[in-house]
Amino acid sequence: MTSVITTRTRRWGAWYVAEHRLRTMRTYAGTIVATTLGTPILYLFAFGVGLATLVTGNVGPGGTSYLQFVAPALLATAAVTVGAEEYLLGILMGFKWNPIFTGMNSTPLTARQIIDGTAIFIIIRMAIVVVVYYVVMLAFGAVPSPWGLTMIPIGILTGLAFSPLAAFSATIYEDKGQFPVMQRVVVLPLTLFSGTVFPLTQLPIYLQWIGWLSPLWHGSELGRQASYGPTEPLWLTIVHVVYLLVFALGGWALTVHIATKRLNK
Amino acid sequence: MSSVRVNPAGPDAAVKIRGSGSVRALYSGNASAVLGRGLLATRSTNWTIVLTGVFEPIFYLLALGIGLGSYVQNVTDPLGNQIPYAAYIAPALLAVSAMNGAIYDSTWNVFFKMHFGKLYEGMLATRLGPLDVALGEISLALLRGAAYGLAFLVVMQVLGLNLSWSAILALPALVVIAFGFASLGMGITSYLKTFQQMNWISFLLLPMFLLSGTFYPLSVYPQVIQFFVQLLPLWHGVELVRGLTTGALAPVMLLHLLYFAVMIAVGLFFTTRRLRALFLD
Amino acid sequence: MPAPVITATALTKKYKEFTAVDGISFEVAPGESFGLLGPNGAGKSTTMRMVGAVSTRTSGDLSILGFDPDEFGPEIRSQLGVVPQADNLDTELRVRDNLLVYGRYFGLSRAVIAKRADELLDFAQLADRAKAKVDDLSGGMKRRLTIARALINDPRILLLDEPTTGLDPQARHILWDRLFRLKEQGTTLVLTTHYMDEAEQLCDRLVVVDKGQIMAEGAPAALIREHSSREVLEVRFGSERNAEAAEKVEGIGRLELLPDRILIYSEDGDGALAEVVRRGLTPITSLVRRSSLEDVFLRLTGRTLIE
Repeated sequence: MTSVITTRTRRWGAWYVAEHRLRTMRTYAGTIVATTLGTPILYLFAFGVGLATLVTGNVGPGGTSYLQFVAPALLATAAVTVGAEEYLLGILMGFKWNPIFTGMNSTPLTARQIIDGTAIFIIIRMAIVVVVYYVVMLAFGAVPSPWGLTMIPIGILTGLAFSPLAAFSATIYEDKGQFPVMQRVVVLPLTLFSGTVFPLTQLPIYLQWIGWLSPLWHGSELGRQASYGPTEPLWLTIVHVVYLLVFALGGWALTVHIATKRLNK
Repeated sequence: MSSVRVNPAGPDAAVKIRGSGSVRALYSGNASAVLGRGLLATRSTNWTIVLTGVFEPIFYLLALGIGLGSYVQNVTDPLGNQIPYAAYIAPALLAVSAMNGAIYDSTWNVFFKMHFGKLYEGMLATRLGPLDVALGEISLALLRGAAYGLAFLVVMQVLGLNLSWSAILALPALVVIAFGFASLGMGITSYLKTFQQMNWISFLLLPMFLLSGTFYPLSVYPQVIQFFVQLLPLWHGVELVRGLTTGALAPVMLLHLLYFAVMIAVGLFFTTRRLRALFLD
Repeated sequence: MPAPVITATALTKKYKEFTAVDGISFEVAPGESFGLLGPNGAGKSTTMRMVGAVSTRTSGDLSILGFDPDEFGPEIRSQLGVVPQADNLDTELRVRDNLLVYGRYFGLSRAVIAKRADELLDFAQLADRAKAKVDDLSGGMKRRLTIARALINDPRILLLDEPTTGLDPQARHILWDRLFRLKEQGTTLVLTTHYMDEAEQLCDRLVVVDKGQIMAEGAPAALIREHSSREVLEVRFGSERNAEAAEKVEGIGRLELLPDRILIYSEDGDGALAEVVRRGLTPITSLVRRSSLEDVFLRLTGRTLIE
């Protein structure tokens, strides 16, 4: 019997972890539903409709509207918001505040499965947010091309590209306010200077480079290519994809490495 | 209240009066001790958080002011003047940052101290009354908010976004705005018991942030929506600060101030009442 | 006899339908060490909160240092030291800063507080930890710091709610030693506990509280004399057979049948044991001990203190 159970855990362990996290999410169902639905409506209205009345600059080829320009970036931003929150707070929560990871580690689960399971959970959370965003965008008439559907995986990939934050979070043993600092000094600039609500080229060169580093810029541009592109040479589109993949996979590998060392110390 | 005879002289002078609500039971004139505690705690634990908090609004200003500013047309103010978009949005971001700082200090911070640190329980076992605690905590939030506001105004000045001498008055205006949000925020928080409820606060702040004439004039909305937005505190805050930094001074600004005066009074009333009910009942 | 520092008359506290404290009356004399002994939920902490002037009574009368707490909360609290059941130290501040800040809440001058803080750190045996973080202290140290903090205003009465609950035996003894010193210096102590050994060690006089009411009052030794025998014989026959054996030992002394053992109250415990054996019973374990407040409580309520 034991061996059967062990085999099962070996194969499905990560999914058990994901299930655990999804169950805890139920406690927050109310605000999560409200935020998931309310955020896209509010942002698309405020920027795509409200601010659009003031925008005179050129946003894209032909008759591309400002609404269509901001929408892919707002969708990616939503995934990044979920990712940043889970990668920073969720990971430290599991290690420290409500140390469920330690509890999981005393079962047949491995550290790798715990991180994988958390990743599965985060992907599911981001998928829900992104799909809802996409549907609201359709309702606003913000997606001209049927290829726009690929914004869903693009959005999730963009969120995953923030996974190095999880590695950072896993190294924290004592909470001395590293989070707000990380949030403000790293995450916020990467979000603000990433050409989301205006083209990155509007920024002077001394601020523009922040955008080049930001997975959110790569994700937003990629989404735009899908929604109404192409607006850039093909090689740049490939750079976006590679950049996001490297960050997503690299951050994940690093987190697994750190978590394994930490849990089996 | 007039029935209370103050006589701390000693036991024989003690007056047996039942009932509550006397100001003396609420306030011992020692809010500064609570403020002192906050400053000491800031110094010994989370000064990096406080320091980096300065960057937050400045990043917003750089990104939205410079990036969006060069991309969006001028806005016409109520007096008919053309205002560059960066100068239009900067005071709004300033008011938003005053709101966010005050809300953070008076909601999450207070929530943790109430439920996990049991800090207020300890304070109220001393001579302090609930109003001392409320005023002390809020003044800490205001002190921090004023420091951030000053840094922001300096950056605005450097970028040439202060269009009038009256921008200097934005600083006290910010303190008033922060006072309003902090006292109301603390009042509401004192009634909340779970993280879930706390999350609703953040959720409700989002529409206020996006729709209160922060990024574009209210005139893009239909009349009905305009009316509802004008009921929101942030709209009054944004209009007040914007009027001061752009120099579009108007008597209606007194109305904005009045709005915050009411907000402060209501917030303090509920905070004091609730702290009293929680810890002194 | 000097005027009492605390006088409670028919003191009652109701929360909606639930009556936490049901008409209790007691007095505490200056310099006395007074205890409230009872199980969890007996109303001890509620009584302490009313005495601490942080909870208003529903009915009855209460006078603390001659003041009515309903009207003179701040005046009363400024002369009390409070050690709550759960430590509520300020974890954002260092050890010594906790004392300094707390002193300011009483409106004391910085110079006075600084001097007292150092004395109190010595008293609490924490002088070498002055700069430590609160979270790095052990449970016993936190407790001693809480007590030191409660003494910063040189209070006339020190209220201690379950002062040693959750501490290991060694830490408890260190704490008792500190409290005993305070008692020797003439500080009025009011403490709640559900440990009879603590009540016996620290209290000159105590009330036994159950379900919001006072069951008995007196000095620990007198209470034991009055409500129990000198010695107690505890015998176990195994959980299955205790009830059956109880019938056979009838008449040796007053009996208490507990789920896991039988208590036989007797002036001579060894004699009682001999009698049990003579009746043909062989207990798995047997123990002869002195009567304690636990027995008093069992006698008065039919229940054990720690359930």
